[in-house]
Order: sequence, then structure tokens, then C-alpha cells
Amino acid sequence: MKKIIVVGNGMVGYKFCEKFVAKEGSENYKIIVFGEEPRPAYDRVHLSEFFENQDAKALEMAPRSWYKENNIELITNVRINDIHRAKKTITGANDNEYSYDYLVLATGSSAFVPPIKGSEKEGVFVYRTIEDLEGMLAYADKLNKEKSNARAAVLGGGLLGLEAGKAAMDMGLEPHIVEFAPKLMPRQLDSRSSQVLQLKLESIGLNIHLSKATNQILGDDHITGMEFGEDDKLDVDMLIISAGIRPRDELAKTCDLEMGTRGGIVVNNKMQTTDPDIFAIGEVALYNQMIYGLVAPGYDMAGIAVDQIMGEEESLMPAEIDMSTKLKLIGVDVASFGEPFMPASKGHSIIFENKTQYLYKRINVSLDGKSLLGGILVGDASDYSMLHQIYLNGMKIPEDPAQLILPAGDGGASFGDVMDLPDEAQVCSCESVTKGQICSAIESGEATDLAGVVSCTKAGTGCGGCKPMIADLTNSTLKSLGIVVKEGVCDHFEHSRQDLYKIIQVKGYTKFDEVLDNHGTGGHGCELCKPLVASLLASINADTANKEYAIQDSNDRYLANIQRNGTYSVVPRIPGGEITPDKLIALGQIAKKYDLYTKVTGGVRIDLFGATLNQLPVIWKELISHGFESGHAYGKSLRTVKTCVGSTWCRYGMDESVSFGIELENRYRGIRAPHKIKGGVSGCIRECAEARGKDFGLIAVDGGWNLYLGGNGGATPRHAELFAEQIDNDTVIKYIDRYLMFYMRTAKPLQRTAAWQDRLEGGMEYLKEVIIEDSLGIAKDLDNEMQTLVNKFECEWTQAINDPETMKRFNHFVNSEEEDDNLVFVPMRDQKMPEQWN
Amino acid sequence: MGEILDKYKTVKPEDVKSWFKAAPISAFPKDGGACVKYKDLQIAVFNFERLGTWYACQNLSPEKQEMVLSRGMIGDHKGTPMVACPLHKKIFSLENGENLNGDLDAIATYPVKIDGENVYIGFSE
Ligand code: SRM
Ligand SMILES: Cc1cc2nc3c(=O)[nH]c(=O)nc-3n(C[C@H](O)[C@H](O)[C@H](O)COP(=O)(O)OP(=O)(O)OC[C@H]3O[C@@H](n4cnc5c(N)ncnc54)[C@H](O)[C@@H]3O)c2cc1C
Ligand code: SF4
Ligand code: FES
Repeated sequence: MKKIIVVGNGMVGYKFCEKFVAKEGSENYKIIVFGEEPRPAYDRVHLSEFFENQDAKALEMAPRSWYKENNIELITNVRINDIHRAKKTITGANDNEYSYDYLVLATGSSAFVPPIKGSEKEGVFVYRTIEDLEGMLAYADKLNKEKSNARAAVLGGGLLGLEAGKAAMDMGLEPHIVEFAPKLMPRQLDSRSSQVLQLKLESIGLNIHLSKATNQILGDDHITGMEFGEDDKLDVDMLIISAGIRPRDELAKTCDLEMGTRGGIVVNNKMQTTDPDIFAIGEVALYNQMIYGLVAPGYDMAGIAVDQIMGEEESLMPAEIDMSTKLKLIGVDVASFGEPFMPASKGHSIIFENKTQYLYKRINVSLDGKSLLGGILVGDASDYSMLHQIYLNGMKIPEDPAQLILPAGDGGASFGDVMDLPDEAQVCSCESVTKGQICSAIESGEATDLAGVVSCTKAGTGCGGCKPMIADLTNSTLKSLGIVVKEGVCDHFEHSRQDLYKIIQVKGYTKFDEVLDNHGTGGHGCELCKPLVASLLASINADTANKEYAIQDSNDRYLANIQRNGTYSVVPRIPGGEITPDKLIALGQIAKKYDLYTKVTGGVRIDLFGATLNQLPVIWKELISHGFESGHAYGKSLRTVKTCVGSTWCRYGMDESVSFGIELENRYRGIRAPHKIKGGVSGCIRECAEARGKDFGLIAVDGGWNLYLGGNGGATPRHAELFAEQIDNDTVIKYIDRYLMFYMRTAKPLQRTAAWQDRLEGGMEYLKEVIIEDSLGIAKDLDNEMQTLVNKFECEWTQAINDPETMKRFNHFVNSEEEDDNLVFVPMRDQKMPEQWN
Repeated sequence: MGEILDKYKTVKPEDVKSWFKAAPISAFPKDGGACVKYKDLQIAVFNFERLGTWYACQNLSPEKQEMVLSRGMIGDHKGTPMVACPLHKKIFSLENGENLNGDLDAIATYPVKIDGENVYIGFSE
């Protein structure tokens, strides 16, 4: 049995093992892998995700058991020190000697630390391994405890440096990027795109310092600053060095393998070093005088080495290697492919730039205008996959190549259907999966959906950049096979929410059963479609949740939010957050009388918790007699319009934010939508009402209101986008009416405005056309529909307490006045709470 | 807590020894449920009008042991009549109590009969 030793258990070393054991005949070889790091190979490309969850396991390429199952001996925590070529053995740090038939060097690279005085100080880090990140996290934690505005600088404004900058920000530190060159990402971007990127990064809070050569790192034992020139200093508490990589070629030196003048082990196109039994792959290999600091070429090299060892002589590394990249800095799209910079002698460039939107797109086209040579995308890289494919496969481009990058609607057609790609087109370059392989996985029936395609082809499991394209291919292939890609809301309806909206509106349905019987697939509905139809009926007919209460989501059915012990909370509306002392006293007295746990909510109103079903109507009767009404905290409907005090009292106020907030809250109260809606009105740009975190937000400025749309808190926070500037109250109302109505008509179930707006083709520009310019000719309908809802508003709690039939709903038992005897409350800070769940 | 769960045992139609007169039909919403008190038990009773059938089960959700199932929404899951717990949407077959979207223990179910204007629940004691 022949023996292969792999030195280095990083991404490429692992890929070598994976590709090797997949080969027929691999059982005739014994593989031993040495890794210097304490854990098995992990996904370094997604290293930054470690900051989110500190879950090292989640990054593992494969668990230890995988190596065992495949008969691979994995020895971690051992560094190899020597190669003895004559004896064909290696020795490790433990002095044990191991013999090999083939040796594969996959030792990768290390972060390059420039020779700057003071770089050994505490608080200076590199960004390469999980241990590096653990060190940074601990240090940042310490800094954050010591002071509130600690700063971290990143040395290097390249691909990795920017990722590190984002990480610094996520660690709660004030991030600074220090770059030697006069622009960011000098290797991938031209000056204009680099400027656009810089503006965008500054807008999200990164501080950028260009053309700075760092002379020394200041501080006694730990870093306190960086010095660039005399009088040019930056105070920082932590530094992450990200100034490039150096191949870890130490082993080649010990045994006289040929090396490049600036490092790296020289290999030929078989990945052989100058000793034919020793291979080098990944970031340590110098191929064509180049180190390729990307994972995809490394994976290809691993494949070539496997083939060569198995005797497939004709499997060779191509001469040209694709270095296209997409930055995965969350929130900022940057990509470059092919030849990003190109001299005018070789072709023409088409450039589209819009600094207000932080958008820059450039494509380079051959002189004859027939092929795409490369390009740069900043701000919106959604076309990257397709452009990259067109470039890679030399596909034909439209007569007016500008169509490739113009925004849809401005003459830009979404050019190139994924299905037009040739079968050999490599869609996933990390895993070398072609379009043909993806389509045939579906055609053969092996996979029936996206998840299936990913698991049987491995496509999309590397950097993940190709995922959207895989999804498109999957859907198109399914469609071409006549398999309908279901958009239906659940098993009972094949229609989307948008279709059901139209159906109900046109047919004038008023009951769930009518919709189900005429348009359902048979069956009796479920917890997904019943509340959905209830919400549509409400949006269209201005019905309240009392109309057909058995189809309402549980909270709507009892007009209150169910709590974890089955009791309810009571949230009366406090429009704009304004409340008289008398009403405040009434709330307090009612809460006291019924022994309700009382708290100010995150939506700045008052929530009374712990009411039993039987108590709800009595409590509400009292509230209503004091002038309160339902706050719809239980509905997918308007919650609150948060306001700041504005010009009524505030010395900076530009307008009456409270008055306008109250007007808006009263206007939209009660309307049912795909998801809840929140608003905010701030009296000046200090933005104390956090209006930009709301579905609709207003900020008073000189000359009117700035209107922002599509903000969201929750799990994926997002700031609302500027929609219109300096508009008056009536225009605000007109725009919000149309915006909400258009959202109610077209969103998916339980989709907040932010998510809806993000997925709207054409985005904000399209919304402006529809709402301001009435490009669809529906503005009047939207206006009328909203006005009808506004006019028909009724407080559903007032409705409920005045109808004896409705009141029956609020008994715990139908055959007894008793209450739920299973409830147990325990005391907490002078109030009560439900007993803990076990 | 286990002891509350133990109080609820499925009763098969053939084992019914007594029919408890719960409430008039009109006390139950169409295609919805309400809760009936029987000795120290809480029984959820559903008027599945679309099927013309009545169902009864324990009111106690087995997941978090709260008395809430009667307030859940009913419908069908791939053809099986079911109730969805209002707390976390765990769904249970109304026919045999099985948890259809998880591996919780089945809930106890009880026979229901309609006599005249009234709804009766069957118990085995
Ligand atoms: C009561 C309250 C917490 C508190 O004690 O402060 C609360 C309580 C609940 N929130 Fe909230 N949220 C409350 C303010 C917020 C806020 C703050 C705000 O409104 O400014 C947010 C972030 C802003 C936003 O919505 O964008 C918020 C984002 C969420 C989300 C995430 C929504 C998203 O789009 O991702 C959920 C989950 C959901 O709706 O699917 C949620 C869901 C819930 C639910 C419905 C969870 C549940 O199913 O039980 C809670 C209802 C409890 C109840 O009985 O009222 N709650 N929730 C706050 C009620 C405000 C009010 O006066 O009506
Ligand atoms: C934060 C970050 C983000 C990145 N993002 C991207 C990206 O978006 N796209 C992309 O294509 N690439 C990206 N990269 C680069 C990518 O991670 C590398 O190209 C890839 O990891 C190279 O794999 P490798 O196996 O050659 O080297 P490594 O992953 O470095 O593995 C080498 C292993 O060998 C071990 N070793 C070294 N010497 C010895 C010895 N003598 N004895 C035993 N073991 C030894 C090392 O400890 C290491 O574990 C990123 C890198 C980082 C750090
Ligand atoms: S953050 Fe979570 S726990 Fe807190 S109220 Fe909102 S949903 Fe409930
Ligand atoms: S308590 Fe019923 S599903 Fe969670």
C-alpha cells in the first residue's frame, strides 16, 4: 500500500483528501495528514462568521469522524519541521519520523507583518486563524469594559482589511482603515470605483485613512497609537494587520526545493515541485510566478495533484487562472472580474456611476464590441454572476453592451437567461460545478429543489456567491420539466398572496369558506391560510377581526396577545405617545384593580399583562369608558407612530412632530396588512423618534418633511430609505397612503415593508415611479382604497363589548364561570409573573 | 407537572361508560373550539362544521403544559383534521391526538355526540 503524506490541514489540504477518497482505487493508498492548528480544517473564507456566534464547529470542513470513516489518519497540533528527500521521510515537532511515497505540501500562507517598529505590542493582531479571532474578541471585550469609545485600526485596505474593519465595528469598536495606497482595494478597483466604495463605507461608519505609511506603533507595552509622520498620528487601542500574505514555504528551504525570489514553492502545471514526488498546492504554491490568494484556484490545484498521483497524466492546471472576486462584506456589494483595469488600446469601457446611491459599474468590452473582457461592480453586484459567466464563457453580448449594467427600466434589460449558458459553464468555481451538472441533478430526479441540488452537487457550499444563480437554474430547469414551482401560500391554495388579493377583490368575497371552496385545492384550511385570508378580507373590505373570528390568528381572535401561560396582555392605543395625566392615572388604577403586571413597551406605550380570558372584556370596558381604544398590538396592522416632542417644546424642533404623528396614527389605525406596520416622526435631524427604523418615517427639515420608507428593527435591522424631501403634510399622507396600499396589495404573507421593498424589482426608483409619477396608473385606486379603510375604521374592542354574542368568546369554559385553575403566578419586584416553564 | 398530563387518557368510542352533557351546540363557534370543564379536567371541544363532525381533546398543550388548545385554530394537515396550538403552532390530529409536526406525545382525545341541541363528551368512568 502506497503512502501519501499531506502537510497542512487547511482548506486546500482538506480538499485534496476529499477529492482523493472520491477516486476509484483510492483504497490502495494510506493518507496521513498533519495539521499545525489544534482543530481539523475549517472554512477560512467564512472566518468572519466566527464573530457572530463563536461557533468553531460550524466552520469545520468535516468533523474528525469523517477522516476516520475515510481511513485518513489526521494528526493535529503537530508541526512538520523537516523533509528528508533522500530517505523520503519527514519529521515532526515530536521528532517522530514518517515515510512517504508522495508528499503533498499544503501549508498555505501566513499573514504578512510589515517590519514596523512596535508590532510586537499587546493589542496588535493578524487575521488568519480562529485563535487570532479569539484573541481579538477577548481584547475588544477588555477594551469595551475599560472605556466606551475604544478604537481599532486595520492596517491594509484590501479585500481582507475591509472585512476586518467590519469585524472591528461588530466588536463595538470605532473602526479605522489605514491604507498605504491612495485608494481602497488597489488590486481590484480603479480610482473611481474605489472612491464610491469609500463613500459607502464612510456612510456606514468606517473611518478611512489613505496614503498613510505607518512608521511605528506607539505605546509602552500595549498599543496606544500609530505614527505616520511627524505630527501625523492616530490614537488607537487595537490594531489588526492585514497587509497581505506570505507563503509558508519554510519546509522547501530545508530540503532544497526551488523557490521564488519572493517566496513560494515553484510548481509546474502538474503541481509538482522540483522533486516529482513532492507536490505543492494552495497558497504555498508558486505557479506561473504567482501566488493565488483565493480558494478556488487552490481547490483546482488539489484536484490536479490528486489526478496526477492517480496516474491521470493529462490532467493539467490551465495557464490562465480566473481571479474574479466578490467581497462578502455584509451590506456592501463589491465585485471585480476578468480584467478590471484595461488600457484603452485593448477595448472600450462603459461606466455607470451614481454617487448618491453609492453605485458604480464598469464593464470592459473588446474593441469589436463583441465580447466582455472584465469589469467592476460597486454598490450593486447582483449582476455579478451573470456577467462573470458571460466573461468566462465568451458568450455573445447585446449590441448595446450598456444594457448589461443599466438599471432595469432605464433601457437595461435583464440580459442573458441563465439557461442560455453552455453546459460546461462553471457556475460554482469553488467546487467546480458546471451548469450541466446542476441541471442534470434535477433532470435525473436526484434533486427536486434547491436544497437537494446543493447537497448532491456541493455547488454553493464554498464562498456561496453563486447561490442566486443555482437557485435560478434550479427553478428554470424545474419549469422546463413542467414541474410547477409552487408559490402557493400552503397546501390549501396554489395561489400566491398577491393572486388571492386580486381574486378576493374582483369576486367580492366576504367569507373564508367562499374563497376556499372556489379557489382552494380541497380540504379545510389551516393555521397558515386562515389568518392570511382573514387579513386580506380585512385589507379589502375593512372588516375587523370580529367578523369571522374562528379564522383569525389566535391573538386576533381574542383581540389580545397571548402570553406564555395562556393569559393575555392589554395594550390600549396611545397615539403618538401623548397621554394626559388623567388617562395615565386611569391606566394605573385599572392595572392595580386587576393586578396586572405593568410595563412601558419598546413601542413606548403601556402594556398590562396577565389578564385572563374572562377578564379581558371587563378590563376593556373600563378602558373604553376612560376614552381608550384598541392598540391593535395583536394584529398585523398599524402598531404605533413613535414621535419626539418636536417644536411643541423642543428648542431644536422644526415642526410639530407630535401633532403629525397623532394624525398619522389615527389615520392608519386598524388597517390590516401583510405584517405589522410602525411609523415614526422626528422634529429634526437629531432623530429622537428613531423614525428611520420604522416602516415609514418622517424627519422635519427646513421647508417640510423628509419621508423615509422601509425601515425595520427585528432580526434584520435596516434603515428606511429616503423617498422624498421637503414635502408638506398633505403630500406625506398621499405618499404613505399609496405606499402602504401598494405594499398591502403585493407583499408576501408576513413580509415586512423592508423585505418587500428589497425584493421589489427596480427598488426605490420603481417605487417613486409608481407612487409619485403614477407609472402604473393605479394611484387613484390606491388613494380611494386607503380612504375607504380610513373612513370605515371602528374600534374592535368597542364593537366586542357592545355585542353580547361576541362577549361569549371570552369565557375560559363554556359550561362554567370559573377561571383556568392551572395558572400559577409568582411574585417579582413588587409585581407578578407567570411561573417559569421547565 | 407530569401528574396533570396523566389525568388525560384517550377514551375510545367503545369504552364510553358515561356521556357528560357539556353545553348547547350554540355555545361553540363554527369551525372553532371552546373549553368544557368536567370534574377537574379541561376538555377542548371543536365544532368542525366543514366536515359535519365534532371532536374533543385535552385542553392542555403537551409542549409547555398550558391550558390553551381550545383556543387553537382548526383545519386539516394533508387531509387529517387538526388543531394548531396557539402558543407555538404545534399541530395535533383531532382523530388520534398525534403531533403532526414534531415528536411530542399524542394528546388524549374523547368521543363527542350530539343529542338534540346539546353536545356530550364520552368518558370511560
Ligand atoms: C410588548 C413588546 C415588548 C415590550 O415589552 O416592550 C413586544 C412584544 C412582542 N413582540 Fe415585538 N414587542 C414590542 C416592540 C417591538 C419593537 C420596538 C418598536 O416597535 O419600536 C420591535 C422592533 C421594531 C420593528 O418592529 O421593526 C419589535 C420587533 C418584533 C419582531 C420582529 C419583526 C421583524 O420584522 O423582524 C417580532 C416577531 C414578528 O413579528 O414576527 C416581534 C414579536 C413580538 C411578540 C408578538 C412575540 C409573540 O408572538 O408573543 C410579542 C408580543 C407580546 C405582547 O403580548 O405584547 N416583535 N417589537 C413591545 C410592544 C410594543 C407596542 O407598544 O406595541
Ligand atoms: C479572513 C479571510 C477571508 C478570506 N476570504 C476569501 C474569499 O472571500 N475568497 C477566497 O477565495 N479566499 C478568501 N480567503 C483566502 C482563503 O482562505 C485561502 O485562499 C485558503 O484558505 C488557502 O488554503 P490553504 O489550504 O492553501 O491554506 P490554509 O488555509 O492557510 O491552510 C494551511 C494549513 O497548514 C498548516 N501548516 C502550515 N505549515 C505547517 C507545517 N509545517 N506543519 C503542519 N501544518 C502546517 C497551517 O497551520 C494551516 O492550518 C480568505 C482568507 C481569510 C484569512
Ligand atoms: S424580543 Fe423576543 S422575548 Fe422580547 S418581547 Fe420581543 S418576541 Fe418576546
Ligand atoms: S405550548 Fe403548545 S406548542 Fe408550545
